[in-house]
Amino acid sequence: MEEKTLRHSALVRVTHWLTVVAFAALLVSGAEIVISHPRFYWGETGNVNMQPWINLHIPSSRESVPTGYGYTMPDQNGWSRALHFQSAWLLVLTALAYGIGSAKNGHFWRDIFPASGKRSLRAMWDVVRRSLKRKAADGEDTHEYNAMQRVTYSVVIFVLCPLIIWTGLAMSPAFTGAFPLTVIALGGRQTARTLHFLDTILLVVFLVVHVWMVYLAGFRKRVWAMIAGGEKEADVTALPEVQG
Amino acid sequence: MSLITRRRMITGGVAAVAGVGGLAVAARLARRYGLVPPDDGGIYGPGETMNYAVQKVLTRHTPAREFARSMISAEPFANPVAPPTELYKKLSLNNFRDWRLSVDGLVARPGSFSVSDLKSMAKSSHITETTCEEGWSYVAEWIGTPLYKVLDEAGILPQAKYVVYFSTDPDWWDSIDMSDALHPQTLVSWGMNDGDLPVKFGGPLRMRVPKQLGYKSVKYITHLTVTDDLKKFGRGLGSPEPEFGYAWYAGI
Repeated sequence: MEEKTLRHSALVRVTHWLTVVAFAALLVSGAEIVISHPRFYWGETGNVNMQPWINLHIPSSRESVPTGYGYTMPDQNGWSRALHFQSAWLLVLTALAYGIGSAKNGHFWRDIFPASGKRSLRAMWDVVRRSLKRKAADGEDTHEYNAMQRVTYSVVIFVLCPLIIWTGLAMSPAFTGAFPLTVIALGGRQTARTLHFLDTILLVVFLVVHVWMVYLAGFRKRVWAMIAGGEKEADVTALPEVQG
Repeated sequence: MSLITRRRMITGGVAAVAGVGGLAVAARLARRYGLVPPDDGGIYGPGETMNYAVQKVLTRHTPAREFARSMISAEPFANPVAPPTELYKKLSLNNFRDWRLSVDGLVARPGSFSVSDLKSMAKSSHITETTCEEGWSYVAEWIGTPLYKVLDEAGILPQAKYVVYFSTDPDWWDSIDMSDALHPQTLVSWGMNDGDLPVKFGGPLRMRVPKQLGYKSVKYITHLTVTDDLKKFGRGLGSPEPEFGYAWYAGI
């Protein structure tokens, strides 16, 4: 009975913070790996003898990359790769727990998928307009996700996160040998790597907007709700001290 | 907190005990079935072990992807290597006539092979992608003698678990497990794209392990040892790479 009054279930809270840890580690280690070859290609192959599709024009940790800079960065790929894969496991296992748990307990249908009648562009525009006018959120915003949040969370959970795992696996020589369609469907190994990078940028954009929205909604209160659960009804006025 | 009811405590406790117990059983099974890599220690040991164990279970018998001849890269890239050692210079005289690949360890008939011995032993080729851990790649045709043919010639003993391979540079050696060593695509390579193997791509002899990243394909190999224990080599991590943080298993 008590769970019904919580804003965030224990499953959501635990998997949220595990994802935060994994994502932070993946982002730092991923950036280090990119520095060793800050060029992206389209298709199966790509190397310094080929024209890049995206050139980041940043210094590289390898002398063999023609960056135009007269120096190379220190090589950090060893620990970066190890940390990247270990955090990827954390992310995948967390995603499995969250996905299976949420499919079973109805979280996806109750909280994440846009409710019927709120799937229209108009419903989403209403949310944007309200926040642009800095109008106070209406009553329901305080105890359930609005149309914009639901669409965004759906895209992150069902498109961007699966794609980041898929494109990551599509770079593994052993895995793609066993499951060639995972890379052929994407258009080649270098395309997979490029999509992995572009997807990361989208996830970082989501992260920035997400944290910004949490800030606008009341940083302490919202973060505390994601730690302790929060109360749906009394959320607007509840203080951390009186929670739980 | 009032949220933590007795029922929750009990179910949580049971789940935690089951989780720890499950991990212990998994670790024991992984060790029994040879699913633990030599660099399983340290803070990244769990990740390395997961990568190796899961990929071995899924990909032990599958090949690396092969490509059409039209996919061969016009300008393949070779990572620059250290200047040739004195040994390399000596062995490269007279078109590598004195270059030998010696085979010892857990084999019935230790011996050594010249490049032409290998060429007449067996020939195999595949058009595969070389992928660097940095992210770049190229496709080339690799021609050589399958490693399993060389090992058959020497007669592997049943307790063999790994093949360690050494280059002319004493700091450049590596190892693979038996499933990769006996894999038909794993070549002692002496040719590339219908010609001899160029020096910058590892000529005259290069180990070519297409199911793993490029750094496992050591250039300029002169010596193979079949072993049941990687602890006997270097710092016991299967390769010098893990000393710099790079995974021993590089199928990912």
